[in-house]
Amino acid sequence: MAASLPEHAGKAAVLEKGWWLAHQWLLLRRFTQLSILVLFLVGPLFGFWIVKGNLTSSLTLDVLPLTDPYILLQSFIAGHEIASTAFIGALIVTVFYLLVGGRVFCSWVCPINMVTDAADWFRRRFHIKGGARFSDKTRYWILLMTLLVAAVTTTIAWELVNPVSIVHRGIIFGSGFAAIVIVSIFLFDLLISRKGWCGHLCPVGAFYSLLGHFSFTRISASNREQCDDCMDCFMVCPEEQVIKPALKGASKGIGPIIMDMNCNNCGRCIDVCAKNVFTYSTRFNNSTLLNVANKKEVAP
Amino acid sequence: MGLGLGFYSRQTHSLAPIALRPPGVKNENDFLGACIRCGLCVRDCPYDILKLSTFAEDIPLGTPYFNARKIPCEMCEDIPCVKACPANALDKELTNIDDARMGLAVIVDQETCLNYQGLRCDVCHRVCPLINKAITLEPRHNQRTGKHTLFIPIVHSESCTGCGKCERACVLEEAAIKILPFKLAKGELGHHYRLGWEEKEKAGKSLVTPDFEHKYNLPEGLKYEHEGQGLMKDSR
Repeated sequence: MAASLPEHAGKAAVLEKGWWLAHQWLLLRRFTQLSILVLFLVGPLFGFWIVKGNLTSSLTLDVLPLTDPYILLQSFIAGHEIASTAFIGALIVTVFYLLVGGRVFCSWVCPINMVTDAADWFRRRFHIKGGARFSDKTRYWILLMTLLVAAVTTTIAWELVNPVSIVHRGIIFGSGFAAIVIVSIFLFDLLISRKGWCGHLCPVGAFYSLLGHFSFTRISASNREQCDDCMDCFMVCPEEQVIKPALKGASKGIGPIIMDMNCNNCGRCIDVCAKNVFTYSTRFNNSTLLNVANKKEVAP
Repeated sequence: MGLGLGFYSRQTHSLAPIALRPPGVKNENDFLGACIRCGLCVRDCPYDILKLSTFAEDIPLGTPYFNARKIPCEMCEDIPCVKACPANALDKELTNIDDARMGLAVIVDQETCLNYQGLRCDVCHRVCPLINKAITLEPRHNQRTGKHTLFIPIVHSESCTGCGKCERACVLEEAAIKILPFKLAKGELGHHYRLGWEEKEKAGKSLVTPDFEHKYNLPEGLKYEHEGQGLMKDSR
């Protein structure tokens, strides 16, 4: 099958599996993202406190502390002694993302994800091409820069401009500036750079990518021999470079697990694949031999 | 870009915020390295005094502050904002709210303060949670009338917590007493500087050669009286 047009990515899967199955992970992800926002919002809006605080640090049901390890790292580098509550919170968050995948934060939690996904959808829909290209290593340099600036200024300087926390804090604590940041990032991704913010620049994502290097849950191209090269997964993937080694690496002896730390575990590739190539799996299912052996067992 | 952010952060924390920090902040720069902008202090403030700053304020983004003229700190005895802070940016060592130093009350304008005009407003003194410790009224001669007393409000930095009740209560259109950050409110003596009378008290004796008693070269039978009578007959 030849590659489909960008705006038709996923159409084949809808025909094959039906609309709901072809959007199941996307819907679940949107549900999770919105639920997290709602959990934070019912307190300030209705006085019913489930989660207090925001994504940098929160307290759930007055017992569970959660803290963003990246901001705590900046605070530590700025010379502040880490407090026990924040440390426990950051530890819980770190262990959680090591289990489910570092950048699960990006695709399942971060409110900016809906903004940049929308920009990407409009890009595909209206064939908006080109624009500035950043190396996808840029984010690590920005990450390093934020840590250096924290060390030099002895303050958490990145938080003065961090769009992720500005948006989330703006929504939870009520500041219209969140809207300005949302529109700016949308326009940036739409007109200036494709997948620019989340895929190339965001140091928060870069930090969680580094966690993702070690994470347990992975996407597996376990049925990769079924792939008909429709390219739909590449079109919808927020980090398209992560797919190829696993999907096309059989001949080179590369296992079917997507081991790239930038994979968001968003599951969109699972949704749009009409051939059910992809599935959630773990990093330990990466043996090519095991894969072959399994196939033999299944074969009639 | 890093340099830009660095300079921007310098600029934002060299701007002395007129807004006040919650209790338990010792030093603005340390606070900006410690506060993770989660807003849990804001949520646990029972009087909704604290706010998180937005781009609209000249305060580092996302950090908690309050405006004393709008709502002053109620100085809760259990200090819930400090307890709520997960990062210890509000120092847990602060257990007695009277030890908080959110800023310092300063009579910024003697020309409009009613007590300085000889009136008995006294409101800042009356509302002070540490009345007669943080603000005292000191009698001074009223030179305008020649026969009345001015009751001058004096703030004592060793007791003032900077809660802002005085600024809130000031009856003027624009408060004549304001809470300022310490950096703006306090002078600092040169570190080599010694006050003679304090040194004398510490040593228990004068540290310099005592002055000779002044001797007047007056005609026989006269003396000079310093209390206002001047030249008079020596009755000795």
